[in-house]
Amino acid sequence: MDLSLKPEHKAFTDEVRAFAHENLSPATREKTFSGKHYDRDDHIVWQKALGKKGWLAYTWPKKYGGPGWDVTQRFLFENVLAEEGAPRILPFGPKMVGPVIYTFGTEAQKERFLPGIRSSEVSWCQGYSEPGAGSDLANLRTRAVREGDHYIVNGQKTWTSFAHWGDWIFCLVRTNTEVKAQEGISFLLIDMKTPGVTVRPIIMTDGAHHVNDVFLDNVKVPVENLIGKENEGWTCAKFLLANERLGIADVPSSKRGVSMLRQIARAEPLDGGTLADDRAFTAQIADIDLQVQALEMSELRVLSAMAQGGAPGAEVSTLKVRGSEIQQRIAELAMEAVGEYAQPYQPGMLFHDTNETPVGPDHAPPAAPRYFNMRKTSIYGGSTEIQKNIVSKMVLGL
Amino acid sequence: MDLSLSDEQKQLQESAERFAREKYTFDNRRKIVATERGWLPENWAQFAELGWLGMAFSEEDGGYGGGPIETMIVMEQFGKGLVLEPFMPTVVLGGGMIARAGSAAQKAALLAPMIEGKKQFAFAWLERQSRYNLADISLKATKEGTGWSLSGHKGVVYNAASADDVIVLARTAGSAREPKGLTLFVVDAKAKGLSRRDYPTQDALRASELTFDKVSVGADAVLGQVDDAFPVVEEAVDRAIVAMCAEATGCMDAINAATLEYIKTRKQFGVAIGKFQVLQHRMVDCFTNAQEARSMTLMASLKIDDKDPTVRAKAASGAKVQIGKSGKFCGQSAVQMHGGMGITDEMSVSHYFKRLTMIDLMFGNQQHHLTRYSNLAMAA
Repeated sequence: MDLSLKPEHKAFTDEVRAFAHENLSPATREKTFSGKHYDRDDHIVWQKALGKKGWLAYTWPKKYGGPGWDVTQRFLFENVLAEEGAPRILPFGPKMVGPVIYTFGTEAQKERFLPGIRSSEVSWCQGYSEPGAGSDLANLRTRAVREGDHYIVNGQKTWTSFAHWGDWIFCLVRTNTEVKAQEGISFLLIDMKTPGVTVRPIIMTDGAHHVNDVFLDNVKVPVENLIGKENEGWTCAKFLLANERLGIADVPSSKRGVSMLRQIARAEPLDGGTLADDRAFTAQIADIDLQVQALEMSELRVLSAMAQGGAPGAEVSTLKVRGSEIQQRIAELAMEAVGEYAQPYQPGMLFHDTNETPVGPDHAPPAAPRYFNMRKTSIYGGSTEIQKNIVSKMVLGL
Repeated sequence: MDLSLSDEQKQLQESAERFAREKYTFDNRRKIVATERGWLPENWAQFAELGWLGMAFSEEDGGYGGGPIETMIVMEQFGKGLVLEPFMPTVVLGGGMIARAGSAAQKAALLAPMIEGKKQFAFAWLERQSRYNLADISLKATKEGTGWSLSGHKGVVYNAASADDVIVLARTAGSAREPKGLTLFVVDAKAKGLSRRDYPTQDALRASELTFDKVSVGADAVLGQVDDAFPVVEEAVDRAIVAMCAEATGCMDAINAATLEYIKTRKQFGVAIGKFQVLQHRMVDCFTNAQEARSMTLMASLKIDDKDPTVRAKAASGAKVQIGKSGKFCGQSAVQMHGGMGITDEMSVSHYFKRLTMIDLMFGNQQHHLTRYSNLAMAA
């Protein structure tokens, strides 16, 4: 057992850092540290650079075009990129549907879809939730009826992140209504350009547009877009959710968040000094700092076990729960650090390239919107309540 | 001891409740947010007509002889409706300071028309470095002939764009952060040298940054005693805090009611999600939090007129701590129990959540007031 890095890992870290310096646009990087929202190009230009280097699908095995990194390399890669201010890799292709395709797909499907995911030429989005199927995902109603070589799909997906940027959507659809809910679900890939696919924005409380409703109205989908067997989509769905829960805690960005909190505390004026002199406040930063360390070490223990050949178990749900609480707490502290100047709402400073100077300090405009927005982390990817149900049932046997 | 409302107070509560219910439906409010002012003159005229603008002032000041309980009653309903009219800056803060420190001439010129609905105010105290310290003021007022000249910056001034007069806290003597040496000035909002940068706040109110560039005012612009404004300001802010706590209790009632309704009707796994014990207990905690918030607000409203400034300050800070804690719990829980819907712009809960969050940040957050309360309690 050893926490220290080997010399080759040091060289690897330097390589990743140099790559980020060369390929991450300064404007994108600036958005990360000022808390602005990224636009499509911030993500896609960066992801294409990663793709070209062979690093976008960094968790994939070599066999499918991944770099074949070990757990330590992945860990270092994620941390260095977060430190450098890179946008998080949009998970829908490389982290979600990609592994489903190489695990459950046919050779033809692998050849057809994996290259576009690895290169970021094709953007994906996730068609899971529906108005009546949130926590109770298996209750989904979107219907796919087989007609010859096609499925005819009708229904509505919701909370679809970046559907407005998506070329393809992977959907859970109901192909059999006669059986138990989980047994009549299939995993279907749908080209967003197919007639009958409509995207409607959902505006969140911070004014941002990330999520959408996706309406599917008599959408004709070729049968060869079915992944796995018909009515066995729930297996793909669960496999994907377990993968999602592992990365969703986003420890590297929380570590960056803690160091940004300390910077804000050093910059915020207080009684002639700064907020860094306020021990009540700095103790709260220390508290969240330690929580991040506990989470990181727990995650490493899971990854280390997986490296020995294990699959992520239900205990991954605890990482998701704690990770979301930590992200929320960091956002809350950042807002509290700003104080009264968190009140002005400055959408121009959040969404647009602007020469406007912010009202108050530079770190003020995103503080409150981020706090509001981060409430989503305990809801998406399986709510905290659902994760705890999973742990109590699967891990504790209650 | 009697904690029940009088018949008049019940009537006031009913009429405020009706106003919020009828004039502040979700869609109406959205329309009001989109207007140029961000509030409606016809509503303000109605406040004047109903006597709300003068209810908390003494009869000799032209008011109707009510007090903090009347303010509490109305603010609570304003919280339920997320009412946007600038009652807090104009009546509670502006009117409150004029009533407490103003000369007879100032009361006649400012307070009387305010009660009639013809004048509005803004209170400019905060500066970039002030954080929650009411004495950390550097905007300078220097003697100029018989009058004064004001130069400096003020931030997050609510209602500055609609106000007729801005009440400005300025340093006339003393060093940075010294409570002694502060003076209040009533400045015409259109005064030469006064410029504004307007913006909406997170919770859809309107505020401004103000820059004072050698703004000249006469000697009669001084509100209260030169160099001695701090006690006036501290008291006015304590009163504003208690009024805001009442608003927050209204917000909590509304957000809890919306959440309760949602978990009774939203079905997952074949049942209303309110059937799940984990949500039942959370909902009970929301209810308890709102009860505690109401209790502390009532206590503070009853103590805010106390002659002893320490009693008053402890009551205000104590209530603000509770409101911060309860508001956060109810707001975050409402969002969680609504799921994704809770953070969309189209649901009322997200708007209550934003207002509750901003109330915590105004005039000192939970942590600040816990420290203030603790210091006062330890000194006793």
